[in-house]
Amino acid sequence: MTEAILSIRNVTVEIPTRHGIFKPVKNVSYDIKPGEIRGVVGESGAGKSMTGNAVIGLLDDPAYISEGEIWLKGRRIDNLPAEEKRRIRGKEISMIFQDPLTSLNPLFTVGEQLVETIQLHLNLGASEAKARAIALLDAVAIPNPEERFNQYPHQFSGGMRQRVVIALALCSEPSVIVADEPTTALDVSIQAQVLDLIKSLARERSIGVILVTHDMGVIADTTEQVTVMYAGEVVEMGTTDQVLGAPQHPYTQSLIAAVPRPHKKRHRFPQVSYGGRETVFKIDDLARNWPQSEPSKSGKMLEVKGLTKRFVEKSSIIPSRTTYFTAVDNVSFDIRDGEVFGIVGESGSGKSTVARMIATLHKTDGGQILFDGEDVTAMDAQQLAGYRKQIQMIFQDPFSSLNPRMKVGDIVAEPLIHHKILPKGQTDARVRELLDKVGLARGADQKYPHEFSGGQRQRISIARAIATQPRFLICDEPTSALDVSIQAQILNILKDLQEYLGLTMLFISHDLPVVRQMCDRVAVMKSGQLIEVNDAETLFEAPEHPYTAELLTLMPHLAQLDEA
Amino acid sequence: MLTFILRRIGQSALVLLIVGLVAFAMFRFVGDPVDNMLGQERTLEDVERLKEQLGLDRPFPVQYFKFLEEAVQGNFGVSYRQGREVSEILLERAPATLELAAVSAIFAILLGIALGVYTAIRRDGFIANFIMSTSLIGVSLPTFLIGILLIYLFSVELNWLPSFGRGDVVDLGGWTTGLLTASGLKSLVLPSITLGLYQMTLIMRLVRSEMLEVLRQDYIRFARARGLSDRVIHFRHALKNTMVPVVTIIGLQLGAIIAFAIITETVFQWPGMGLLFINAIQFVDIPVMAAYLMLISVMFVGINLLVDILYAFIDPRLRVAGK
Repeated sequence: MTEAILSIRNVTVEIPTRHGIFKPVKNVSYDIKPGEIRGVVGESGAGKSMTGNAVIGLLDDPAYISEGEIWLKGRRIDNLPAEEKRRIRGKEISMIFQDPLTSLNPLFTVGEQLVETIQLHLNLGASEAKARAIALLDAVAIPNPEERFNQYPHQFSGGMRQRVVIALALCSEPSVIVADEPTTALDVSIQAQVLDLIKSLARERSIGVILVTHDMGVIADTTEQVTVMYAGEVVEMGTTDQVLGAPQHPYTQSLIAAVPRPHKKRHRFPQVSYGGRETVFKIDDLARNWPQSEPSKSGKMLEVKGLTKRFVEKSSIIPSRTTYFTAVDNVSFDIRDGEVFGIVGESGSGKSTVARMIATLHKTDGGQILFDGEDVTAMDAQQLAGYRKQIQMIFQDPFSSLNPRMKVGDIVAEPLIHHKILPKGQTDARVRELLDKVGLARGADQKYPHEFSGGQRQRISIARAIATQPRFLICDEPTSALDVSIQAQILNILKDLQEYLGLTMLFISHDLPVVRQMCDRVAVMKSGQLIEVNDAETLFEAPEHPYTAELLTLMPHLAQLDEA
Repeated sequence: MLTFILRRIGQSALVLLIVGLVAFAMFRFVGDPVDNMLGQERTLEDVERLKEQLGLDRPFPVQYFKFLEEAVQGNFGVSYRQGREVSEILLERAPATLELAAVSAIFAILLGIALGVYTAIRRDGFIANFIMSTSLIGVSLPTFLIGILLIYLFSVELNWLPSFGRGDVVDLGGWTTGLLTASGLKSLVLPSITLGLYQMTLIMRLVRSEMLEVLRQDYIRFARARGLSDRVIHFRHALKNTMVPVVTIIGLQLGAIIAFAIITETVFQWPGMGLLFINAIQFVDIPVMAAYLMLISVMFVGINLLVDILYAFIDPRLRVAGK
């Protein structure tokens, strides 16, 4: 048994507020050994990130450690003065943040940021520091490190930036790395690469890693030990196999049950039942007043033929010298009445651009979009207004897709007023009814979006989308910003909409297990092209295209979960 | 990058053409120059001769083109009031205004950024709060009032600084400067503060709010997590990001400093272009007004062009387009 390198003992974090003291972390203890990866899992607000921040001494004011001790290599570090703590940060304990797009300073080259950190912690000259920086870039498998050294963060892709962030975390051979949701913002394939990198670095350099995540798949694939947190407390702890395979605590059990299984199709998404927060979605009421969905003439609600979109990559005064980037290249598919049609692919594959063209948010550069036989690209303004009433969109980010300066009631009323569905005086009652149906408490219409959680905001988006009683719903990554438990609720609402109201749906996601549960048919996109379209089950069981097969192998396997 | 600059120069030229049109239209619609120049005792022949001489009998577009052609060469005609070349008068007055504007701009930028950063870092400190409250006064008091108050305090009561004029100036081959004599420098103090105070408080408040925004960013958190010291984080990482939007505003405000100089120059009887312009208005001296208008717009446009280029220099993300 090796000695623990970092030891968190009975740590409690307190935040004084106007309504008394709030404890986001209560009596939490766990150890990290060299070379070990410990997963810390839980929903947002469970206190898992807060514990990580406490370890590295970066608690935001006014939060502070009120009880407990943190020991690093036999030295107590939680009660050190600020200057001593700063010296430990980056040298002994490093941190990796969730979003690689925002954790690097955009105005400095990657090299400048690396050299700065290296020179801060190690007593090296300029050329030695540069050599070390290049060696680090090489160690995190960034090709052409000499050339990349002088580039700015925006010249790197998301996965590459996260590698740079990891290189920065490794600057002075730390003994512990706190990785806070390091792959949540990345694609499946990139996620797998970054996790592999973290794994091999931990092993080779005997670094203890605290991997904070809400993704059970990541935990299953990467960690050896796992700590489950709920409402600031550790509810369960043990080896990953043990906790995932035979969870003891009811919260862990229901959390694991709620994870969408990649290899099994179920009718509904199981919800996290622990804590009794389940909200009701009143689909029956809604269905009673919903107009009978007219079937389309051909049985195909939407046909897309040879759809193409080019973006200007480099503009020039001379038209022939302007270069374009083809985001969507000659894509054709059709969506039948009442089905959920999925599009999967990595970021940059053009799946969102397709959705935006169908929603007429982007102009097309070629091809046709036939909605119930009518070509959308050839419609005049009046016809488009009628078309827009029948299609509605739900966006990925429930934080930025609702106007923060508008009351929720006004947000939901907007489509009703814009499409002249109800006269202005009568919208209020309708809005309250819609909000009630999606399971929001009374008085929600008078509040502002920031007063709601991510899941509630996505419900508001849904209320807004169904306000016009559309026939077709476009969902662009509707749950990728949400926790597993909230995700299940939202996905079930979408399923109900399809089932009871006969809505046809375009469902875009990079989360393959979710797509398998949600969709009847699935299309795979890669670099703007459609690679494969098939029934969901066929596609997942027997993919035809090698790229599809490759994507499927990258899904987290959760083998331990299914044994349970 | 080159495409970008060329496009901006094209846009600038368009702006100048439009301002030129306005300036030119003044000749046509604000009083009759022939009337002004000939006075009461004139014959019809005199009027015709002068009209032909000035080219007023030709069609509007031809006259406009002629005006532009002359304007590009710096020829704005003869001042009605002084009977001298307008360009000559302007050149004589320009150094006073430009020196005043430059000194107050430097005062506004340096102090504005320094105080902005200070109030952002010590957000809840007593001094920071005090500066923030007093800065409201700077924003809300009109320029002429500040000028008069300063004159009362430092010239009348304390008798430390002169209340009007430029003091002794040195002539450096056509450029008269007050920066080389003690009395010239002393004379600059009050007008510069008066002119720059509003811009200073504006820049300070802007820097503060931008800095607070930047300090909330993930890369600042990450910089802390790497163990960088507060000094490096504030002055290297945060300040550079803060400057991106601030530079735009500073550019616009530099133009405003030159334009607002009119009021300050009037209060302090500063012999610059602003005072010249005010006098020109009183005497309907249209060539001077037109020339001043053109000059100010050239400066505005030029400064903004510089700011755009500077922007790309600070922010590497904007350089991609022209790579």
